[in-house]
Amino acid sequence: MIEDTALVRARGLVKRFGDFEAVRGIDVEVRRGEAFGFLGPNGAGKSSTMRMIACVSPRSAGELRVLGEDPDRHGPRIRARLGVVPQQDNLDNELTVRQNLHVYGRYFGLPRARVRAKAEELLEFAQLTDRADDEVEPLSGGMKRRLTIARSLVNDPELLLLDEPTTGLDPQARHLLWDRLFRLKQSGVTLLVTTHYMDEAEQLCDRLVVMDGGRVVAEGSPAELIRSHATREVLELRFAPGGQDAAVPLARELADRVEVLPDRLLLYTGDGEAALAAVQRRGVQPVATLVRRSTLEDVFLHLTGRSLVD
Amino acid sequence: MTATVRAPAQSTGQVPGPVRATLLVVEGLWTWYRRHWRSTLVSSVLQPLLYLVAMGVGLGTFVDAGGRGARTVPELAGASYLQYIAPALLVAAALQNAAGEATYPVLSGFKWQKNYWAVTATPITPHQLAHGSLLWIAIRVAVSGAAYLLVAALLGAVAGPGALLALPVAVLTAMAFAAPLAAFAATTRSGGEGFNVIIRFVVLPMTLFAGTFFPVEQLPALVRPLAWVTPLWHGTELARGLSLTGVPPLAALGHVGYLVVWLAVGVVVTRWRFRVRLTT
Repeated sequence: MIEDTALVRARGLVKRFGDFEAVRGIDVEVRRGEAFGFLGPNGAGKSSTMRMIACVSPRSAGELRVLGEDPDRHGPRIRARLGVVPQQDNLDNELTVRQNLHVYGRYFGLPRARVRAKAEELLEFAQLTDRADDEVEPLSGGMKRRLTIARSLVNDPELLLLDEPTTGLDPQARHLLWDRLFRLKQSGVTLLVTTHYMDEAEQLCDRLVVMDGGRVVAEGSPAELIRSHATREVLELRFAPGGQDAAVPLARELADRVEVLPDRLLLYTGDGEAALAAVQRRGVQPVATLVRRSTLEDVFLHLTGRSLVD
Repeated sequence: MTATVRAPAQSTGQVPGPVRATLLVVEGLWTWYRRHWRSTLVSSVLQPLLYLVAMGVGLGTFVDAGGRGARTVPELAGASYLQYIAPALLVAAALQNAAGEATYPVLSGFKWQKNYWAVTATPITPHQLAHGSLLWIAIRVAVSGAAYLLVAALLGAVAGPGALLALPVAVLTAMAFAAPLAAFAATTRSGGEGFNVIIRFVVLPMTLFAGTFFPVEQLPALVRPLAWVTPLWHGTELARGLSLTGVPPLAALGHVGYLVVWLAVGVVVTRWRFRVRLTT
């Protein structure tokens, strides 16, 4: 058997629901050991793609290989080697934290002793050891999320699928979760993450595809994407609603590119401070100003003309 | 802090065979039951016993000493009214419990708790999940039925050893009704309002009129066919016959065959609905 270095390989992958085409022919390749992201707004086709890769949703057209095998033919065999963190927690709320790990591990055909030992290791990893015998129901959102991630690791997966891992969590819980995911990445687990948060994609992903309307609109590392689709810096000028229109002609003179948002102008330029100084010299008076580095949000805005989070 | 998860060269996950996978689903549900069984005791064992005492002992005193005189009603075949309804209540309670287990808990797996999606993200398939969920219901009603029979025997409600055969009949009847119901629950998108309708307008009238407390022959001729098509009537006839008088082989075969058809159709449709809903 020839070892395929790509853990996921998709060619022209399509998912249809009736007349609606959720995924419209995407090409993706995920390599062993990397953290790979699908970045895009809600409805971009990320979750549909994820479910096809998780072998729980048959593809409508195209080629797909996960861990070198065809999900249509070897779904259970592939799923035995995957870890899945779904968008919505689907823990067993009436079992204890530890029981959730035990029961889940057994579904992977693991012996009881192995499951018990693994559960203790994962409880510690998820920082839930002192809640191990509590029922899941009253746990905080962040704790449930960590338990869901711990549960997904019970079979030592070769590929971990995370669908919107931190959506709905408060900032502190998000950072704790990112820290855990970062440790996993460091230890060599291949991660596949969907997110509509550009900071999450930047934090976690070595490489990502930007998705919109069921298609891949760009691909690369976060730095590459920013380099090729945005300038180094951005000057944000905030106005009272409607007040920004008058400043648009001047902004276009000063910047490589300008985006007009409902309450703001974004001036893409190599030197934000210089652009700000020029704006002030010409007598434009925004309510507030900000010079910052370009982010994946700017990349998305440039590629699609829309914001990631509406 | 020694929290480490090693880099997996090879996952430890295996694909359990179809039988093992089904039993693993049962094991998961058993883990829940071990924690929460007390809360299920009242409806599964105590309730049918209360009926048995109220109807069998209370009302039975009047029946046995009734107008035509004790032990002369042909259907009683020399047994007391308590012994007459004991096997029927076993079947009716099994069916009611199974109906309960096949509705809200199944819908919850899809809709509220969504843990069915967690199970089928593992090597377990939707079909295996369906099998395991139904098998679990069968085990539950078998255990509750056995507990009920034991207490009923202590109360003198069991006429003879034939009542032991009433237990598998009760489980078969319960599953013949519960399997199609599980398929319905797996198809339900709403909050399960339809379940209450079924409990109130199918299960309850069935229990009252399909032979549990009095022979169907007492019903007006026009209504009798309604009782005959219910799985409960077939199960009751069979369980009661086995407990009291014995059942002619052909009649027994007919009852079992009818129940098996309900069960088989129910299982096939449940499998199908689980697969459709979990693999879109």
